[in-house]
Order: sequence, then C-alpha cells, then structure tokens
Amino acid sequence: MAHNAFITRETIDGADDGPLSGRTVAVKDNISTEGVRTTCGSAMLESYVPPYDATVVERLKQAGATIVGKTNMDEFGMGGTTETSAYGPVENPADSGHVPGGSSGGSAAAVAAGEADLALGSDTGGSVRNPAAFCGVVGIKPTYGLVSRYGLVAYANSLEQIGPIAQTVEDAAALLDVISGPDPNDGTTRFDLAGDDGGAADDRSAADGGSATHPATDANYAAAADGDVNGTTVGVVTDLLEGADDRVVDRFEATLDDLRSQGVDTVEVSLDSVEHAVQAYYVIAMSEASSNLARFDGVRYGVSGGDEGNWNESFARAREDGFGEEVKRRILLGTYALSAGYHDKYYQKAQDARAWVKRDFDDAFERADVLATPTMPVLPPALGESLSDPLQLYLMDANTVPVNLANLPAISVPAGEADGLPVGLQFVGPKFGEEAIVRAASAVEG
Amino acid sequence: MSETPVDAAEVKHVAELARVDLDSEEADAFAAQFAEILEYFDALDEVPEVDTHEDLVNVMRADDIEESLDQTAALQNADETEDGFFKGPRVS
Repeated sequence: MAHNAFITRETIDGADDGPLSGRTVAVKDNISTEGVRTTCGSAMLESYVPPYDATVVERLKQAGATIVGKTNMDEFGMGGTTETSAYGPVENPADSGHVPGGSSGGSAAAVAAGEADLALGSDTGGSVRNPAAFCGVVGIKPTYGLVSRYGLVAYANSLEQIGPIAQTVEDAAALLDVISGPDPNDGTTRFDLAGDDGGAADDRSAADGGSATHPATDANYAAAADGDVNGTTVGVVTDLLEGADDRVVDRFEATLDDLRSQGVDTVEVSLDSVEHAVQAYYVIAMSEASSNLARFDGVRYGVSGGDEGNWNESFARAREDGFGEEVKRRILLGTYALSAGYHDKYYQKAQDARAWVKRDFDDAFERADVLATPTMPVLPPALGESLSDPLQLYLMDANTVPVNLANLPAISVPAGEADGLPVGLQFVGPKFGEEAIVRAASAVEG
Repeated sequence: MSETPVDAAEVKHVAELARVDLDSEEADAFAAQFAEILEYFDALDEVPEVDTHEDLVNVMRADDIEESLDQTAALQNADETEDGFFKGPRVS
C-alpha cells in the first residue's frame, strides 16, 4: 500500500502564511530535517537524527509549507530505480509492477500518487529528472549554485543540486522560487565575494548576504510558465536519440511536432563529447563518493563498528555492516580510480571529458535557445529487472548525466505514455536559464 | 578484456584502502563486475586533452564568531561519548 514512497512519515508545520501555505511537501531522505530521522535510504543512518535543518527545509517552513514526511530513495542517491534502498523498493504509481526511477523515486511517487502536492529531490546524474519521467510528473535540476546544498548529505558534491518535483511545471517552478537563492552556508551559491581585486566583498551585496548579485533574486520562475514559445529555437540532440527505445522516440517526435505547431523552430544539434559522458560521470561521481562517504566511520553517527581491535578494523566493520552493495561498489571503484597509477588514466581523463561536454553545450547554445532530448532512453523497467547488471543500469543515465557534468539547468516534463507507461521530455537550458526551460516545458503541457 | 584486469585480491586491497571489511564472496562478485565496468571506463582514453583555463579567486568571509551547535546536540548521534567528547576505538 502507498507504494512505499515514505521512509518516515512526520508532519512538520511551517509558518502560518507564505507562498506555500496550504501546500504539502515530501522531502527526500538525504535532506536534513532537525529532530526528524534522516536515513539517506541506508541502514548506516537508520537512527540518525540531524541536529539542524537544511537551508531548503528552513525555506520551506518560512514559505508556509507543511512537510509530510521523508521519502524513500536509492541508498545515498546511488541508483536509478530506488531498488538499492535499505527500506525496500518503491512502486511506480503509474504501474505498480514497474520501478519509479531514482534515486528520488519516493519523492516522484509521492507526488504522482497525490500523497504530497510537491516534493524535493536531489539530482547528481539525473536523480530528479529520471523518476519524474518514469512517474509522469515534472522535475527540475537547477543550475549548479542556484540552490543551497547546506544540509544535503553529500554523494558527489561537484555534480549535485536539490530540485523540485510537482504535478505541473508552474508548481515545480514556484517551489524553485522558494528554495533558490544565496546561502552563507554554501559557498557555491555566493556571487557577491569574487571581485576583481581577488575576493574583497562589494559592500552593497555583502550586506544583504549576496542576494543583489545572485541569479535567483530577479527571477520569477513560476511566472515563466506561460506557454509562450512562439519564435523559440529548440535544438534536438541527435546523439541522444540513437540509442533510445523506439516507443520513447515516437513520443518525443510527436511532442516536437506539437511544439512546432506552436511556433517553435527546431534544429538538429550534435554533441560529440556525450558518448564519453556516462564514463566521465561515473568516474567523477564514484571518486567524490569515496571521499565524501569516508566520514561514515561509526564514531560520530551511524552504525558503530565496536571497540574490538584497532580503529581501522572498527571503521571497516562499521562500513561493511552499514553500507549496501551498490554503495560499496561505488566507494571501491572511486578509491581505485583515485589510487596511485590510475589517477591520470581515469580521474584526469574524466575531468577532460567534463570540460569537453561543457564546451559542446556552449557551442550548441550559439544555435538554440534550449535543447531537447528524451529524459530517459527507455520505459520504466519492471521491478527487479535491472538489479543484477550494474553497468546496464549506469547506461540508462546517458541523457541526464551530461547536464550535471556541464552544471546546467534541465527539466523533465511528461510527454504522454507508451504501453501505459509515462515518457518524459527533457529541456536543457544555458547556465541560469531556468526561465527558458520552464517556459518551453509549460508549452508541452498545453 | 580491460587493460587493467582486476582480481579478488586487488578488490580486497582496494577495500582495505577504503576501510570496508569485505567478505570473500563479495570480493569475488565485485572482481567480475569491476572488470566489465573498468573496461567500459577505458574508452576515456579517446578523450582529447581539453584546455580549461578558469580564473579562480579566493572567496573569504569575515572572521566573525557565529553561533554553532551546542555540545549536547553535536554528540547526540554518537554511539559512545565521554566528558563531552566523541569516544572512538583505540588507534592500535
């Protein structure tokens, strides 16, 4: 019952009045909530209770939202089906025999099933857009630096952003309006301090916490959901259509036809670098994971390794007991990729590929206002179907990971169904071009 | 096959570096999977060197004392504490 979308159900009331008063929000369980258990979908943190709120949670409360619980997820965000959760898999509300996508599968399922009006997920390589596409809802991955990551339990911090999930583009954009903006506790959201003189703060912007110069300050994302795409040029990324399921491509093409009838021009765009994006993404994400998850040693929080033997033995026991298979796999591969003799072969090459992907996107935005791809190259797999082959699962991320490597914004919007299963269309925008992708996606909703 | 074949002994070595007390069954399963995944990663060899000249500047905040978590809150999730400190396992 209820699709197993929540790990913890708990009502947290917000302020009496605000832009989200009367709205319910489900929060992914890797986003810290003061006094409410935050497990990251891991047995390691089964009884971890954060002593502080993430910045986005503070903003939800100030905006008057009611938080209704913490949602199920792939362990530490590592997965694309929500089957690596230590708290059991989530069912797709569109068809309970299928996965909801992941890693924010609980958040997307909660919205799709009407158990929450809105939800927050986190997107490291597609973890908001993938479940949004598979569950038939809207999900936004903001530009890196638009939304504070303070209080988000880190998996691969150079890639991830917290993002909104909702039934409509306008609702998702309205939630983005609430959570975006500068935060003194997250240096990547600061735009006020990097002056030409090497770091001295501009007095005017420093005084207001940097909001004068942050891209979210003068933006109104919800207002951009006006459906007015007449004259917009959409670049179709041909490289990302080649490997996709025909049923997905059919829905994608039909949606483009509809956009053309609304005055959109389409151009074909090819990005040579994207065939290396999945490799680069996994090398970088696993390397960062091996470092970020080193903190789980069982001493300050999490499963304890006991006091038998020396500290290395204790830490190794805590991590063997607390982490699931996919998390161990990624920590080990990341440790390997960073180890002596392999750093240049894997990690450095992945950084070159990341720079190449960024450059390709920059070139593409010379010719198009936004880019379009199917969000996922496949329909939602059946539950249990994809667990046994990790590499096949990684390849499912082909269309979403290039966006994270390039730090860009993207949105997934429902583009109909094939064989009774939802298909998502992804728009990618230039850096801080959230309004452009919101506008394009709102035209798909018709 | 990958240019960098991985056997169970190598997986165990990496697990030791990462402080994960992997059992032999897990090490065997990972060795087979890692061979396949690393072979896929080998395609990164084809990536050209990309010049990324980014101008980075140091960003400093004012060195002011701010409120922080109190000690009780900071220790509340620890398995063992003593006199207001975290208590860890012995070093050797």
